[in-house]
Amino acid sequence: MSSGPDEVPEDVAALIGVPQYPSTASFDVERSYSWNTLAATQNGNPLFWDDAVADELTGGPIAVPTTLSLWMRPHYWEPGAAGEQVALQVHFDLKERFDLPEAVMTDNTIIFHTPVRPGDRISHRQVLRSVSGPKTTKLGSGRFWVIDIEYHNQREELVGVESYTGYGYRRDAGGGA
Amino acid sequence: MSDPETLLHGSVQVGDVLPELTVEVTPTTVVLGALASRDWRPMHHDHAFATERNGVADIFLNTPNQAAWFERFLTDWTGPRGRVGRMTFRMRDSVFPGDTMTFVGTVTATDVDSAGCGWVEVDVELRTAHDQRGDRVCSTCSARVALPTVSDDNPWSRTGDRWQP
Repeated sequence: MSSGPDEVPEDVAALIGVPQYPSTASFDVERSYSWNTLAATQNGNPLFWDDAVADELTGGPIAVPTTLSLWMRPHYWEPGAAGEQVALQVHFDLKERFDLPEAVMTDNTIIFHTPVRPGDRISHRQVLRSVSGPKTTKLGSGRFWVIDIEYHNQREELVGVESYTGYGYRRDAGGGA
Repeated sequence: MSDPETLLHGSVQVGDVLPELTVEVTPTTVVLGALASRDWRPMHHDHAFATERNGVADIFLNTPNQAAWFERFLTDWTGPRGRVGRMTFRMRDSVFPGDTMTFVGTVTATDVDSAGCGWVEVDVELRTAHDQRGDRVCSTCSARVALPTVSDDNPWSRTGDRWQP
Protein backbone atom coordinates (compact mmCIF):
# COMPACT_ATOMS: atom_id res chain seq x y z
CA MET A 1 0.00 0.00 0.00
CA SER A 2 1.58 3.28 -1.04
CA SER A 3 1.14 6.78 0.30
CA GLY A 4 0.01 9.76 -1.73
CA PRO A 5 2.33 12.74 -2.11
CA ASP A 6 0.64 14.64 0.73
CA GLU A 7 0.66 11.76 3.15
CA VAL A 8 3.17 10.45 5.60
CA PRO A 9 4.90 7.25 4.46
CA GLU A 10 3.89 4.19 6.45
CA ASP A 11 7.35 3.56 7.85
CA VAL A 12 7.42 7.10 9.25
CA ALA A 13 3.83 6.99 10.46
CA ALA A 14 4.67 3.83 12.38
CA LEU A 15 7.18 5.81 14.46
CA ILE A 16 4.68 8.45 15.59
CA GLY A 17 4.10 8.18 19.32
CA VAL A 18 6.85 5.64 19.83
CA PRO A 19 9.62 6.54 22.31
CA GLN A 20 13.00 6.38 20.57
CA TYR A 21 16.63 6.66 21.55
CA PRO A 22 16.27 6.45 25.34
CA SER A 23 19.64 7.44 26.69
CA THR A 24 21.45 8.83 29.69
CA ALA A 25 23.93 11.68 29.55
CA SER A 26 27.61 10.79 29.61
CA PHE A 27 28.40 13.51 32.14
CA ASP A 28 26.92 15.06 35.27
CA VAL A 29 25.19 18.41 35.40
CA GLU A 30 27.74 21.03 36.36
CA ARG A 31 27.54 24.68 37.33
CA SER A 32 30.05 25.88 34.77
CA TYR A 33 27.58 25.39 31.95
CA SER A 34 25.03 27.47 33.80
CA TRP A 35 27.58 30.24 34.13
CA ASN A 36 28.41 29.95 30.42
CA THR A 37 24.73 30.40 29.60
CA LEU A 38 24.37 33.27 32.05
CA ALA A 39 27.43 34.95 30.53
CA ALA A 40 26.14 34.41 27.00
CA THR A 41 22.91 36.18 27.93
CA GLN A 42 24.36 38.68 30.42
CA ASN A 43 21.95 37.28 32.99
CA GLY A 44 22.69 38.53 36.52
CA ASN A 45 19.92 36.62 38.32
CA PRO A 46 21.34 36.23 41.86
CA LEU A 47 19.71 32.83 42.16
CA PHE A 48 22.58 31.53 40.05
CA TRP A 49 25.41 33.80 41.21
CA ASP A 50 24.81 34.12 44.96
CA ASP A 51 24.88 30.88 46.94
CA ALA A 52 23.02 32.48 49.84
CA VAL A 53 20.10 33.25 47.53
CA ALA A 54 20.23 29.73 46.10
CA ASP A 55 20.29 28.25 49.60
CA GLU A 56 17.24 30.25 50.61
CA LEU A 57 15.11 29.79 47.51
CA THR A 58 16.09 26.43 46.06
CA GLY A 59 17.93 24.66 48.88
CA GLY A 60 21.25 25.02 47.05
CA PRO A 61 22.39 25.65 43.51
CA ILE A 62 20.24 24.66 40.56
CA ALA A 63 20.96 24.74 36.86
CA VAL A 64 19.58 27.59 34.79
CA PRO A 65 16.23 26.13 33.68
CA THR A 66 16.72 26.85 30.00
CA THR A 67 19.91 24.78 29.98
CA LEU A 68 17.60 21.74 30.03
CA SER A 69 18.49 20.42 26.59
CA LEU A 70 22.24 20.87 26.82
CA TRP A 71 22.68 18.03 29.33
CA MET A 72 21.73 15.54 26.63
CA ARG A 73 23.85 17.03 23.88
CA PRO A 74 26.81 14.83 22.96
CA HIS A 75 30.39 15.94 22.99
CA TYR A 76 31.53 17.30 19.66
CA TRP A 77 34.09 14.52 19.65
CA GLU A 78 35.04 11.68 21.94
CA PRO A 79 37.22 8.61 21.58
CA GLY A 80 35.63 6.04 19.33
CA ALA A 81 33.04 8.40 17.89
CA ALA A 82 32.73 8.53 14.14
CA GLY A 83 31.09 11.32 12.20
CA GLU A 84 29.07 14.22 13.51
CA GLN A 85 27.54 13.64 16.93
CA VAL A 86 23.99 15.01 16.95
CA ALA A 87 21.63 15.80 19.78
CA LEU A 88 18.18 15.15 18.38
CA GLN A 89 18.58 11.96 16.39
CA VAL A 90 14.94 11.69 15.32
CA HIS A 91 15.27 15.08 13.62
CA PHE A 92 18.30 13.89 11.66
CA ASP A 93 16.63 10.57 10.86
CA LEU A 94 13.76 12.46 9.24
CA LYS A 95 16.12 14.64 7.24
CA GLU A 96 17.72 11.50 5.86
CA ARG A 97 14.45 9.64 5.33
CA PHE A 98 13.00 12.47 3.25
CA ASP A 99 16.31 13.36 1.61
CA LEU A 100 16.17 16.92 2.91
CA PRO A 101 19.71 18.23 3.31
CA GLU A 102 18.90 21.35 5.38
CA ALA A 103 16.79 21.92 8.45
CA VAL A 104 15.92 24.58 10.98
CA MET A 105 13.86 24.62 14.14
CA THR A 106 10.80 26.86 14.00
CA ASP A 107 9.04 26.33 17.35
CA ASN A 108 10.08 25.28 20.83
CA THR A 109 8.02 24.65 23.93
CA ILE A 110 9.69 23.96 27.27
CA ILE A 111 7.84 22.92 30.42
CA PHE A 112 9.92 23.06 33.56
CA HIS A 113 9.33 20.60 36.37
CA THR A 114 11.73 19.55 39.16
CA PRO A 115 14.80 21.80 38.97
CA VAL A 116 17.98 20.27 37.62
CA ARG A 117 20.86 20.37 40.08
CA PRO A 118 24.64 20.10 39.81
CA GLY A 119 25.57 16.44 40.09
CA ASP A 120 22.37 15.20 38.47
CA ARG A 121 22.63 12.74 35.59
CA ILE A 122 19.89 13.41 33.05
CA SER A 123 18.17 10.89 30.81
CA HIS A 124 15.81 11.48 27.94
CA ARG A 125 13.77 9.89 25.21
CA GLN A 126 12.50 11.29 21.93
CA VAL A 127 8.96 10.88 20.60
CA LEU A 128 7.92 11.84 17.09
CA ARG A 129 4.48 13.45 17.32
CA SER A 130 3.66 14.44 13.75
CA VAL A 131 4.99 14.91 10.24
CA SER A 132 3.41 17.23 7.70
CA GLY A 133 2.87 16.69 4.02
CA PRO A 134 5.18 18.51 1.62
CA LYS A 135 5.38 22.28 2.17
CA THR A 136 7.15 25.19 0.53
CA THR A 137 8.49 28.18 2.44
CA LYS A 138 10.94 30.93 1.59
CA LEU A 139 13.73 28.58 2.65
CA GLY A 140 12.78 25.85 0.20
CA SER A 141 10.58 22.77 -0.10
CA GLY A 142 10.30 20.19 2.64
CA ARG A 143 8.28 19.00 5.60
CA PHE A 144 7.57 20.06 9.16
CA TRP A 145 7.75 17.63 12.04
CA VAL A 146 7.16 17.79 15.79
CA ILE A 147 9.37 15.92 18.25
CA ASP A 148 8.79 15.78 22.01
CA ILE A 149 11.56 15.08 24.49
CA GLU A 150 11.04 14.02 28.10
CA TYR A 151 13.85 14.59 30.55
CA HIS A 152 14.29 12.80 33.89
CA ASN A 153 16.93 12.89 36.56
CA GLN A 154 18.63 9.88 38.15
CA ARG A 155 15.78 9.63 40.69
CA GLU A 156 13.29 9.22 37.81
CA GLU A 157 11.82 12.62 38.59
CA LEU A 158 10.49 14.50 35.57
CA VAL A 159 12.64 17.60 35.17
CA GLY A 160 11.22 18.91 31.92
CA VAL A 161 9.45 18.31 28.65
CA GLU A 162 10.37 19.94 25.38
CA SER A 163 8.65 20.03 22.04
CA TYR A 164 10.44 21.07 18.87
CA THR A 165 8.99 21.80 15.48
CA GLY A 166 11.61 21.26 12.82
CA TYR A 167 11.48 22.10 9.13
CA GLY A 168 13.61 19.92 6.89
CA TYR A 169 13.99 21.36 3.42
CA ARG A 170 15.78 21.39 0.12
CA ARG A 171 16.65 24.80 -1.22
CA ASP A 172 14.76 25.51 -4.40
CA ALA A 173 16.76 26.39 -7.52
CA GLY A 174 17.52 30.08 -7.27
CA GLY A 175 15.73 30.21 -3.94
CA GLY A 176 16.85 30.70 -0.41
CA ALA A 177 16.10 33.31 2.15
CA MET B 1 14.04 37.84 51.07
CA SER B 2 11.19 40.33 50.80
CA ASP B 3 13.37 42.92 49.09
CA PRO B 4 12.41 45.44 46.40
CA GLU B 5 13.47 42.92 43.72
CA THR B 6 10.60 40.62 44.66
CA LEU B 7 7.69 41.09 42.29
CA LEU B 8 4.48 39.95 43.94
CA HIS B 9 1.65 38.39 42.00
CA GLY B 10 -0.90 40.86 43.34
CA SER B 11 1.05 43.82 42.01
CA VAL B 12 0.80 42.62 38.41
CA GLN B 13 -2.11 43.47 36.17
CA VAL B 14 -3.13 42.47 32.67
CA GLY B 15 -1.63 44.99 30.28
CA ASP B 16 1.46 45.65 32.35
CA VAL B 17 4.47 46.18 30.14
CA LEU B 18 7.82 44.66 31.07
CA PRO B 19 10.99 46.76 30.96
CA GLU B 20 12.51 46.47 27.49
CA LEU B 21 15.81 44.72 26.96
CA THR B 22 18.01 45.78 24.04
CA VAL B 23 21.15 43.94 22.95
CA GLU B 24 23.55 44.55 20.07
CA VAL B 25 24.07 41.13 18.49
CA THR B 26 27.62 40.35 17.45
CA PRO B 27 29.20 37.18 16.07
CA THR B 28 30.38 36.54 19.61
CA THR B 29 26.80 36.74 20.89
CA VAL B 30 25.79 34.00 18.48
CA VAL B 31 28.82 31.74 18.93
CA LEU B 32 28.95 32.15 22.70
CA GLY B 33 25.28 31.27 23.00
CA ALA B 34 25.61 28.22 20.77
CA LEU B 35 28.65 26.83 22.53
CA ALA B 36 27.22 27.58 25.98
CA SER B 37 24.28 25.36 25.05
CA ARG B 38 26.54 22.69 23.55
CA ASP B 39 25.05 23.27 20.11
CA TRP B 40 27.84 22.47 17.69
CA ARG B 41 25.78 22.76 14.49
CA PRO B 42 27.78 24.84 11.99
CA MET B 43 25.06 27.32 11.08
CA HIS B 44 25.65 28.89 14.49
CA HIS B 45 29.38 29.48 14.04
CA ASP B 46 30.34 28.97 10.37
CA HIS B 47 29.40 31.88 8.11
CA ALA B 48 30.00 29.97 4.88
CA PHE B 49 27.83 27.06 6.02
CA ALA B 50 25.00 29.36 7.10
CA THR B 51 24.99 31.37 3.88
CA GLU B 52 25.83 28.69 1.32
CA ARG B 53 24.06 25.67 2.82
CA ASN B 54 21.21 27.15 4.83
CA GLY B 55 20.73 30.07 2.47
CA VAL B 56 20.44 32.68 5.19
CA ALA B 57 22.25 35.99 5.66
CA ASP B 58 24.75 34.95 8.33
CA ILE B 59 25.21 32.70 11.35
CA PHE B 60 22.17 33.00 13.59
CA LEU B 61 21.06 32.58 17.22
CA ASN B 62 20.31 28.95 18.07
CA THR B 63 17.12 27.75 19.70
CA PRO B 64 18.32 27.02 23.27
CA ASN B 65 20.09 30.36 23.39
CA GLN B 66 16.91 32.15 22.39
CA ALA B 67 15.19 30.33 25.23
CA ALA B 68 17.89 31.56 27.59
CA TRP B 69 17.43 35.14 26.39
CA PHE B 70 13.68 34.89 27.00
CA GLU B 71 14.36 33.53 30.47
CA ARG B 72 16.74 36.38 31.23
CA PHE B 73 14.19 38.95 29.99
CA LEU B 74 11.47 37.46 32.19
CA THR B 75 13.51 37.05 35.35
CA ASP B 76 15.04 40.51 35.04
CA TRP B 77 11.46 41.60 35.64
CA THR B 78 10.39 39.08 38.26
CA GLY B 79 13.55 38.87 40.35
CA PRO B 80 14.95 35.57 41.61
CA ARG B 81 11.69 34.33 43.16
CA GLY B 82 10.03 34.30 39.77
CA ARG B 83 9.93 30.75 38.39
CA VAL B 84 9.27 30.14 34.73
CA GLY B 85 6.90 27.22 34.34
CA ARG B 86 6.52 27.09 30.61
CA MET B 87 7.54 28.93 27.50
CA THR B 88 6.51 28.46 23.90
CA PHE B 89 8.19 30.40 21.16
CA ARG B 90 8.03 30.54 17.40
CA MET B 91 11.09 31.59 15.44
CA ARG B 92 9.68 33.36 12.41
CA ASP B 93 12.97 34.78 11.22
CA SER B 94 16.61 34.50 12.27
CA VAL B 95 18.62 36.82 14.51
CA PHE B 96 21.96 37.70 12.92
CA PRO B 97 25.12 39.54 13.94
CA GLY B 98 24.63 43.24 13.33
CA ASP B 99 21.02 43.14 14.46
CA THR B 100 19.86 45.26 17.36
CA MET B 101 17.72 42.81 19.33
CA THR B 102 14.94 44.15 21.56
CA PHE B 103 12.66 42.16 23.82
CA VAL B 104 9.25 43.62 24.62
CA GLY B 105 6.67 41.94 26.81
CA THR B 106 3.10 42.43 28.00
CA VAL B 107 1.14 40.64 30.70
CA THR B 108 -1.87 38.94 29.12
CA ALA B 109 -3.37 37.07 32.09
CA THR B 110 -3.02 36.46 35.81
CA ASP B 111 -4.48 33.68 37.88
CA VAL B 112 -4.02 31.59 41.00
CA ASP B 113 -4.25 27.85 40.44
CA SER B 114 -5.94 25.24 42.61
CA ALA B 115 -2.73 24.73 44.57
CA GLY B 116 -2.51 28.42 45.40
CA CYS B 117 0.30 29.22 43.02
CA GLY B 118 0.20 32.67 41.45
CA TRP B 119 0.74 32.75 37.70
CA VAL B 120 1.17 35.42 35.10
CA GLU B 121 1.05 34.89 31.37
CA VAL B 122 3.35 37.08 29.34
CA ASP B 123 3.58 37.58 25.59
CA VAL B 124 7.07 38.51 24.42
CA GLU B 125 8.32 39.68 21.06
CA LEU B 126 11.94 39.50 20.02
CA ARG B 127 12.31 42.34 17.55
CA THR B 128 15.37 43.25 15.53
CA ALA B 129 16.51 46.37 13.71
CA HIS B 130 19.19 46.53 11.05
CA ASP B 131 20.17 49.11 8.42
CA GLN B 132 19.71 46.76 5.47
CA ARG B 133 17.37 44.10 6.86
CA GLY B 134 15.03 46.65 8.39
CA ASP B 135 12.78 46.07 11.40
CA ARG B 136 11.58 42.51 11.95
CA VAL B 137 9.71 40.51 14.56
CA CYS B 138 11.95 37.46 14.63
CA SER B 139 10.36 35.43 17.43
CA THR B 140 7.22 35.50 19.50
CA CYS B 141 6.98 33.82 22.88
CA SER B 142 4.24 33.04 25.37
CA ALA B 143 5.48 32.36 28.88
CA ARG B 144 3.80 31.21 32.08
CA VAL B 145 5.65 32.44 35.13
CA ALA B 146 4.98 31.80 38.81
CA LEU B 147 5.27 34.74 41.19
CA PRO B 148 5.03 34.81 44.97
CA THR B 149 1.55 35.67 46.19
CA VAL B 150 2.88 37.14 49.44
CA SER B 151 6.33 38.28 50.48
CA ASP B 152 7.29 34.99 52.12
CA ASP B 153 5.85 32.79 49.37
CA ASN B 154 8.42 30.93 47.30
CA PRO B 155 7.32 29.33 44.01
CA TRP B 156 10.57 27.36 43.93
CA SER B 157 9.42 25.38 46.97
CA ARG B 158 6.55 23.87 45.02
CA THR B 159 6.82 20.22 44.00
CA GLY B 160 4.48 17.46 42.82
CA ASP B 161 0.83 18.46 42.63
CA ARG B 162 1.65 21.91 44.00
CA TRP B 163 3.59 22.73 40.81
CA GLN B 164 1.32 22.86 37.77
CA PRO B 165 3.25 24.57 34.97
